[in-house]
Amino acid sequence: MLWGCAWCASIESSMSEVTRGKVSAGLARRRRKERLFRLCGMLATTVGIVFLVVFFADLIGKGSSAFRQTFLRLEISFDTAVIAPQGSIDLQYADFDLLARNALRDLFPDVSGRNPLRELNRLLSVGAGYQLRDMLQQDPGLLGSVQSVWLPASSSVDMLRKGNIDASIDAALRPISDAQLAWVAALQRDGRLELRWNRAFFSNGDSREPELAGIRGALMGSFYMLLVTLALALPIGVAAAIYLEEFAPRNRWSDLIEVNINNLAAVPSIVFGLLGLAVFINWATLPRSAPLVGGLVLALLTLPVIIIASRAAIKSVPPSIRDAALGLGASRMQVVFHHVMPLSLPGMLTGAIIGMSRALGESAPLLMIGMVAFIVDVPGGFSDPATALPVQIYLWADSPERAFAERTSAAIMVLLGFLMLMNLAAVVLRKRMEQKW
Amino acid sequence: MSDRMSKAKDTLPEQPSDIGKTVGNVRSANPYVVAENVNVYYGDNHAIKNVSLEIGTKEVIALIGPSGCGKSTFLRCLNRMNDSIENARVSGHISLAGTDIYSKDLDPVALRARVGMVFQKPNPFPKSIYDNVAYGPRIHGLAANRAELDNIVHTSLERAGLLKEVIDRLDEPGTGLSGGQQQRLCIARTIAVDPDVILMDEPCSALDPIATARIEDLMYELSEDYAIVIVTHSMQQAARVSQRVAYFHLGSLVEVDETNRIFTNPRHRLTEDYITGRIG
Repeated sequence: MLWGCAWCASIESSMSEVTRGKVSAGLARRRRKERLFRLCGMLATTVGIVFLVVFFADLIGKGSSAFRQTFLRLEISFDTAVIAPQGSIDLQYADFDLLARNALRDLFPDVSGRNPLRELNRLLSVGAGYQLRDMLQQDPGLLGSVQSVWLPASSSVDMLRKGNIDASIDAALRPISDAQLAWVAALQRDGRLELRWNRAFFSNGDSREPELAGIRGALMGSFYMLLVTLALALPIGVAAAIYLEEFAPRNRWSDLIEVNINNLAAVPSIVFGLLGLAVFINWATLPRSAPLVGGLVLALLTLPVIIIASRAAIKSVPPSIRDAALGLGASRMQVVFHHVMPLSLPGMLTGAIIGMSRALGESAPLLMIGMVAFIVDVPGGFSDPATALPVQIYLWADSPERAFAERTSAAIMVLLGFLMLMNLAAVVLRKRMEQKW
Repeated sequence: MSDRMSKAKDTLPEQPSDIGKTVGNVRSANPYVVAENVNVYYGDNHAIKNVSLEIGTKEVIALIGPSGCGKSTFLRCLNRMNDSIENARVSGHISLAGTDIYSKDLDPVALRARVGMVFQKPNPFPKSIYDNVAYGPRIHGLAANRAELDNIVHTSLERAGLLKEVIDRLDEPGTGLSGGQQQRLCIARTIAVDPDVILMDEPCSALDPIATARIEDLMYELSEDYAIVIVTHSMQQAARVSQRVAYFHLGSLVEVDETNRIFTNPRHRLTEDYITGRIG
């Protein structure tokens, strides 16, 4: 074309027609491939979303009922003859259960005989007595008065009320007798049976009685544990990342360290549990089942995650900023603390939060260091015996009572709620602190 | 670095003075920076081959040459920025006002306070304009109080020709300025620590012609107080701003001379080929 010769031009146009033909033939194929790929991608995403929706729907369907609990309204007479026979009241030994039992008996005066009475009493939770004791402890003036009180019903009544027990099957196969069914129906008619907010679930520790079991102990255990983990893993991880990235010479040793940090991140968590058992409990004789040891083990587990995330964050700081500071005569330390650290902090904190949420969801290593024990008391410190949320879920999922099933789901909801909060915090943090270039 | 240097000296045979290989005149009437037989190795790559060059006080010298010829590497030797590059070795002798800058006792931090550097891409810190300029004086403790610091910042911005444009927004981030303004901010930041020499590594390659012209004017003004070593790909720029030109080729310093002479009557074939556009 350049030479303007007609012969060349004709050759060229026929050439380009051939080329164009080839291109358009290939174009259809390329489009088809792209459509297919897009379809596959959409399919994969849809499958993922469907699973997620099914999982959440199931979880919420099963677990949400645990946040409400069946209560019985009884007219309790704080009878001096029952709880203070000697004139003064002994909160430890006074028979508060009897107050509740008497009130229930008054509602069904025609029940008599040892066994029917025992069955009647079983409608009430063993927690009823504790609740009455706490009321009296708070307000001693109640002694001798008659109060209308909502007391927790037993878990069988609760399950019946929530429709989890089929009343039509043979009496021997259900945990509630025909007589009890009649009493519950009567109470229901009188408006004495009601589903109310289940405060115990958030304020109690674990219990053998489902209606009294709560996640407070596990929550506090997890809280103390994560505190230890954060206090150890964040400073050590960030310091290690800064040293490796900014100061360590690149040689065979630093390569070896790098490979091993990556390996460490891939070690199964139960192995860390065994390590904790051997080192912290057997050798260092730290207390068993304690959040302190759990936190130490989880710190080991989180450390590689934080180091890797922090190193990536440090690497993403443009070298031009380091050059600028070095060129002005900043020392390497000043370069790190004046420029690299502030710029990589969002990435480091995001890594720390993601590491923390992994630690929060970890159960296997805690099994090895005794945090799987049945612990009723809410831990008040780092060395008190405790469990953690995921371990509590494991324990409840293992329990035979029907009522623990909904509590398991509810505890999973709480755990997932915390995990989502933490991940949200990571996203928000990154968005807000991200430096625009 | 200095032990790396001594190692280099041990392993490399002492090379004879190679000045004869460079045509023209490497000497300066009033030398401030003196480089003798400088060799730089990146691992096995011999990046700078036996370069000797003198840079005069308050002189603007341009380093030109095709890509990869080592001019930037040589520039970075002058304030030891090569220190931070893994497996870079420097041998030879570079002195600043008579002090060996690669000697064991010399702290690169002190050196870089005297030899400022402006980079190819404007690289202001993601901080306010004020903090960008104040950073150097702050780390070197040049200002006793806020008023002195204000004074330094204002003078430096004024000298970089930026003060009028930013006087009412010193608190805004330096990264929000235009490319040319950012580069002048970087120059203000450099002169805020009151160096003797300013190294410029293709300072205008990321800028449009108008911003380039402003920077070139600025260089002309700054040359009254500072020695300026500028690496540039633009021969017009070298011709406009510099008094002397050094032509590098494949790590060797081929020719050094007065700017006029290099562009009108180069002595070396390679120089002539380059400035006439046959290599580049």
